[in-house]
Amino acid sequence: MTLTALTIREAREQLRRRHVSSVELTRAFLERIHALNSRLNAYLTITDDEALAMARQADARIQQGEDTPLLGVPIAIKDVLSTHGTRTTAGSNILANYVPTWDATAVARLRAMGAVFLGKLNCDEFAMGSSNENSAFGPVRNPWDETRVPGGSSGGSAAAVAADLCCAALGTDTGGSIRQPAALCGVTGLKNSYGRVSRYGLIAFASSLDTVGALTKDAYDAAIMLHAMEGRDPCDSTSVETTPIDLTQLDSRTTSLVGLRVGVPKEYFIDGMQPDVERAVRAAIAHLEALGAEIREISLPRTQLGLPVYYIIAPAEASANLARFDGVKYGLRVQGTDLIDTYRQTRGAGFGPEVKRRIMLGTYALSAGYYDAYYIRAQKVRTLIKRDFEQAFEQVDVIAAPVSPTTAFPLGAKVDDPLQMYLADVFTLPVSLAGICGISVPCGFDADGLPIGLQIVGPAFAEQRVLEVAHVYQRTTDFHLKKPPVHPS
Amino acid sequence: MTLSIEEVERIALLARLSLSEDEKARYARQLSAILDYAAQLAELDVEDIPPTATVLSIHSVMREGDEVREGLSRADALRNAPATDGASFIVQATFGDEE
Repeated sequence: MTLTALTIREAREQLRRRHVSSVELTRAFLERIHALNSRLNAYLTITDDEALAMARQADARIQQGEDTPLLGVPIAIKDVLSTHGTRTTAGSNILANYVPTWDATAVARLRAMGAVFLGKLNCDEFAMGSSNENSAFGPVRNPWDETRVPGGSSGGSAAAVAADLCCAALGTDTGGSIRQPAALCGVTGLKNSYGRVSRYGLIAFASSLDTVGALTKDAYDAAIMLHAMEGRDPCDSTSVETTPIDLTQLDSRTTSLVGLRVGVPKEYFIDGMQPDVERAVRAAIAHLEALGAEIREISLPRTQLGLPVYYIIAPAEASANLARFDGVKYGLRVQGTDLIDTYRQTRGAGFGPEVKRRIMLGTYALSAGYYDAYYIRAQKVRTLIKRDFEQAFEQVDVIAAPVSPTTAFPLGAKVDDPLQMYLADVFTLPVSLAGICGISVPCGFDADGLPIGLQIVGPAFAEQRVLEVAHVYQRTTDFHLKKPPVHPS
Repeated sequence: MTLSIEEVERIALLARLSLSEDEKARYARQLSAILDYAAQLAELDVEDIPPTATVLSIHSVMREGDEVREGLSRADALRNAPATDGASFIVQATFGDEE
């Protein structure tokens, strides 16, 4: 038994039976992290001492007979989520030494459940990016091929789960930042409906789009993580109380999909997508059909508009959110000749190229004379995109589609061409704009052995349904069990 | 469309960013390309479509009455500040000090 390869559920079984202690499990992960992180750069901060202290506390709770779904399980956290007492950088030089004085709500709930925190995971700066190359602390490398990107912005989270450097990881998804790296690294990633998990303590990127979620080794673990984090939080006025995830119902699901209507949007199979990706996704859809699902071709006619809408709305919101980094209350300060010059020098030195690009774009879109033409118009088209999904879900229960048009691309391939980079998210952006939920599950490999993801999308707050379909898919396939060829040297 | 260097400088001032000459030239080119791409939105008829304010079907709610409880301590509030005197943030003068 390789301890670091266990799912959350398997780890809990070992802990419950006292076959292993949380301290032993935590040590196994820390040893593997220290052996591999210099190559993969998935962790920005490794919290050995805190992790072992948390593990000892968990072991004490286990000794007292407590048996809850995350007790003693080592996980790691994307570095845009605040962790009390542990440096939180958002992948940015401007926050290189920032130590939060409180926990994000999602983090606090996991802490209360007795999860063990191994450290903080690399990501694109302020979660802006699709390749993790925008991190101020260097790119993460894909465990399947270390010359390739892991996807982004939760690239460290995806690589860490894929390489068994944690049992599960927290990520965030604003336009695809959980689903796309999950696909490119061959792990499971659930983007929750907007409002299902509190954003309190998440360093804000685009507040009408940001969601917190998990990257895991399978869909059942994704359900465990969501169940631990979900629900209304008085500190986030956009968080919503919904029917909680039912793990028992998920577990008792048969492998029949009779009665399930699966929509396949024709706009998600475009010219220029990698043929291996289309082949694997079509095969996955045929697999769902073989399990009894009814497959219907549907249309989401505004799919291609997701990208221009997103790249107006998200930078606009980012330009406002990132105004708080002024070199006064926290973060870097570069002293200038006067106050305005200090702001400009601080932000010019502290932010990286993509963040500055988006602040510029957002400032332009919100500036006098352009607000109606860009921002309001984009929000109107967003309404149309949301209606496309609402109409589709009158005919089908879930939608099946690719996650990204290609598998993992080489490091450096797209850094000089922002539009090409943005196209990596063309199939994930519309779901984010509509505020609905979607999961990425491994569904095959390309000719170079790189993983491919299937995206299963559901209506707002239909995570239970999406997780059940993903769970049934994984009980009848083994793509999610394949491990990347990364070994300590 | 092509953004001029002067327009880039105007936006950078609004955004409180200092940019190098290289950055100005690069952003002029890249922002123009992105805005050209976004121009396809201008071709749609969205006259009668309401803009999305939120994807949620929630409404404004009244907060419960104010309640006194422990908040951020002064020490914690100042912990990450680049310059403090132990009790306050130290900032530069907001108004000019010209004679």
